[in-house]
Amino acid sequence: MHVLPYLVGAYLFLTGCYGLATSRNLIHAVGCLAVCQSATYVLLLAVGYRDGATAPVFSDLKPGSRPVVDPVVQALTLTDIVVGATVTALLLALVLQIAKRHGTVDPDELRELRG
Amino acid sequence: MSRLRLWLLAVGGAGLAALLAAACLELPGFGGSRHPYGDRAVHASLSRHTANTIASVNFDQRAYDTLGEMSILFAAVLGCVVLLREARDEHRARPEPTDVARPVRRYALLVLPVALVTGLYVIAHGQLSPGGGFQGGVVAATALHLLYLGADYHALERVRPLGVYETTDALAVSSYLALGAAGVLAGTAFLANTLLPYGTFNTLSSGGAVPLLNAAVGMEVASAVVVLLAHFLDQAVEIEEEPGRGTP
Amino acid sequence: MSDALTVVVLLLVAGSATATVAQRDPARQALVLSFLGVLLAALFTVFQAPDVGLSQLAVGSVLTPLLIMLSVRKVRRRARSEEGTE
Repeated sequence: MHVLPYLVGAYLFLTGCYGLATSRNLIHAVGCLAVCQSATYVLLLAVGYRDGATAPVFSDLKPGSRPVVDPVVQALTLTDIVVGATVTALLLALVLQIAKRHGTVDPDELRELRG
Repeated sequence: MSRLRLWLLAVGGAGLAALLAAACLELPGFGGSRHPYGDRAVHASLSRHTANTIASVNFDQRAYDTLGEMSILFAAVLGCVVLLREARDEHRARPEPTDVARPVRRYALLVLPVALVTGLYVIAHGQLSPGGGFQGGVVAATALHLLYLGADYHALERVRPLGVYETTDALAVSSYLALGAAGVLAGTAFLANTLLPYGTFNTLSSGGAVPLLNAAVGMEVASAVVVLLAHFLDQAVEIEEEPGRGTP
Repeated sequence: MSDALTVVVLLLVAGSATATVAQRDPARQALVLSFLGVLLAALFTVFQAPDVGLSQLAVGSVLTPLLIMLSVRKVRRRARSEEGTE
């Protein structure tokens, strides 16, 4: 239990990498990259978790009455998610350009085109 | 996929897996009670009357980092706009208005205002409850696109003058910068939260500059997502290549 | 109790991540990815991070799959129109 969340994070990263490396379709590769990104979210939030603690929001919680989880990693993850989505969008735009210019989204065929 | 490449991937993956597992075992245990940075962040947030500590970290303690993240967002959207513009060998074909199933139409038009208001609520209460500019912006922007489900593409284009959203995007980034520069002009530091009174704890106007920066981010994210989706929708629905001038 | 919940959600996340990578058709992958997004949002709520959960719900289960679907549609439409002209 003490390392399971970290291991799941590592597993997500490795699975995403496997998908990226074996992908036959660039759009599919972008989806695998999204899985890789989610590994970082799981790892960051797992580092900040505290047993028996609650969310660090004090609108309905008396400050000091209960332990709270680490808000710093949560803030990092939050911006990570939104920035990750725009990077995904940028990559998809590049894929559309490749489809337009080369007529294929298969990375192996692309390599043959160049060589 | 050649066999050599698969072997290379297997060896590299196994090595990386071993290293990651070793690193995981050395990390402080899950659920531990030692969080020095977290405790300090909570303390700083409470001393500045911000109920949602995460909003305080994002828009007060780490406001400079958020500026960097906004710039990444802005640059990525700019890149998408450039990459997905209408090229010289393409033209726009107006899509045929299609019939939408009545239940879908009714549902979409019913949910649209609710989702839009939810998004705006989430932005506005960023410093009080879970949520804020980043989340609310995405919700509000995607809610607008229910109009495409409920009516058709033409209706969506009418409520979505792209130029306005592109300008809003740029204005939101500039207003974040202006709020930061206001601190410098007032004699403190860039983006320092010392300009405005901290207000009463747990009210909409608490937290000094946090609600303003939060609103700027909300505006930026919402218009950025609208611009992004607009360009992808244009590509998927409207823009076609000239026949016979495809790939060489 | 909450320990058991955490373990279950973590394993579900790992399972659906595997399914996301294994699904080779990008349009279907977008659907599985959206499901993974919902599960991750649930996991973040279990981790007491409602802010992040909300963000993941909006981005991971709506925005990213939507962008992938639109790209798939564009690429397929291109392929179809090319077949038509040749």
